[in-house]
Amino acid sequence: MPYAAGVDVGSTQTKAVVIDERRRPVGRSLIDTGANVVQAAETAFARALQDAGILEESVDLVVGTGYGRYRVTFGNFQVTEISCHARGAVHMFPGTRTVVDMGGQDTKVIRVGPAGEIVDFCMNDKCAAGTGRFLGAAAAALEIPLDELGPTALRAEKPVPITTTCTVFAESEVLSWLGRGKKIEDILLGVHLSIVSRTMGLIRRVGIEPEVTFTGGVTRNIGMVKVLNDALGTEVNVSEDSHYMGALGAALFATDRTLGHYAGDQPAREAR
Amino acid sequence: MTYTAGIDVGSTYTKAVVLDQYDRIVGRALARTGFRLGEAARRVYDEALAEAGLAESDVGYVISTGYGRFQVPFRDLQVTDLTSAARGAAFFFPKTRTILDIGGQTMKASRLDEARKVKAFRLNDKCAAGTGAFLEKTARYMGYGTEEIGALAATSHQAVPISGVCAVFAESEVINHLSLGAAPADIMQGAIVSLGDRSVQLLRRVQMEPEVTLVGGILRFESLVALIRERLPAPPNVLPEGIVQYVAALGCAVLGRQRRQRSGASRPARPATGATGEIVSRGDCEECLLDGD
Repeated sequence: MPYAAGVDVGSTQTKAVVIDERRRPVGRSLIDTGANVVQAAETAFARALQDAGILEESVDLVVGTGYGRYRVTFGNFQVTEISCHARGAVHMFPGTRTVVDMGGQDTKVIRVGPAGEIVDFCMNDKCAAGTGRFLGAAAAALEIPLDELGPTALRAEKPVPITTTCTVFAESEVLSWLGRGKKIEDILLGVHLSIVSRTMGLIRRVGIEPEVTFTGGVTRNIGMVKVLNDALGTEVNVSEDSHYMGALGAALFATDRTLGHYAGDQPAREAR
Repeated sequence: MTYTAGIDVGSTYTKAVVLDQYDRIVGRALARTGFRLGEAARRVYDEALAEAGLAESDVGYVISTGYGRFQVPFRDLQVTDLTSAARGAAFFFPKTRTILDIGGQTMKASRLDEARKVKAFRLNDKCAAGTGAFLEKTARYMGYGTEEIGALAATSHQAVPISGVCAVFAESEVINHLSLGAAPADIMQGAIVSLGDRSVQLLRRVQMEPEVTLVGGILRFESLVALIRERLPAPPNVLPEGIVQYVAALGCAVLGRQRRQRSGASRPARPATGATGEIVSRGDCEECLLDGD
């Protein structure tokens, strides 16, 4: 049984997905990347194998992606996360024309053609404003678990405008609003709106075309999904596997190679 | 009533200075600003008065500055950070024509004319990578506190290049360097080099002229000062730690003394408070002709 795997070593979390010969995900894992990137890749892969209930020998090829893709020492080759997110998104939602990927330190907007090819993309490459880290900073400042950020923000009545650009200063701004008696939910909705407003800037730069598929770790945040839907005026595609989209895409490229359909990475320019 | 005071409510620290009529510093105090700006101002003012052995009624004029200057209820006047820093720098170095001021959340460069009015300025308050917060974050990623930055960087042999594009992205960079075996001191110095390079760029953008005076709490780090000195055409004026953080507060106190002398001994009416909490960077004081970026 020819299995394939993808390991997505992100700045914050490492994801691994194992797919079977019919390209169905059969094993997944998600861990914090931490300081030892090589170790994170190995652990994530081992856990995904365990989740799938198969041995490493059953996997034909492993593809690494994400910022730490060259640290996937057991990987057979590497593909950029831009290609992988697009590939995973189009596989899961074939009508996808725009991919919005929101991760721990990156927000990327990718426009794809009818065959899933990359037409254009842009990303925040200079600073962490408008990424998952902005949420992380707010969560830390307010001492709320990440998983509760979205549900809490959805209870807001009147969002507080967050004016700082820098993620570091946002932490101070959030606390100062709290000190001035604003409600946590109103501050959090302001934080979500601020991120979406920066994301909309990226979306406008590549041009939006439906369907829009939302990928990356922030897809787990229902508040962000709602705020993004409102800003776009359309419902984004999102699923349980959206968090694993980069790893899934990598696994799909591995299968392609096994079948002789794929020669190498697409020439997607990497900003960082 | 012959004393004057300056209160500098900065984004990270609040400073107070009390001056006597001969422009001698008789009291000073510093504390973390926190989120209750008015309380921080009150606290450092009380401490500075206590150090001077004075009662509040001995002080004839109080000027506030810094980002929380409107939150100082006992002020007679507020002036912008640029005005106060210019006054303070000129107090120590009368030939000052350019000022670099690095604080916890801002970096400012300004150029003065012969009359010590601000002619041009540039500031960075949007991005932590150009401020003291960058050094603080870098230290924290490695498990060091703010107070350890200076000593740590002093032991560096060779700075590790840190891109300094974003204080958040720096975390991955720092972790990468640590995992490759770089010494924390060399990483810390790398962050200082990055901040120093940014500050020299900012100075160039205001077309700096000598003499250049360095002020603000972040310029207490000797390795940062040394680096800026290397990159400037002429050696800048440097103030010792224990003074360099107080330059803006001192500038306020000096300005207060001059205004008091000019207007006689009578205490002027307090300014209308207006919308408190607004962070404004327009000139608030007729002393300055600034804010033409």
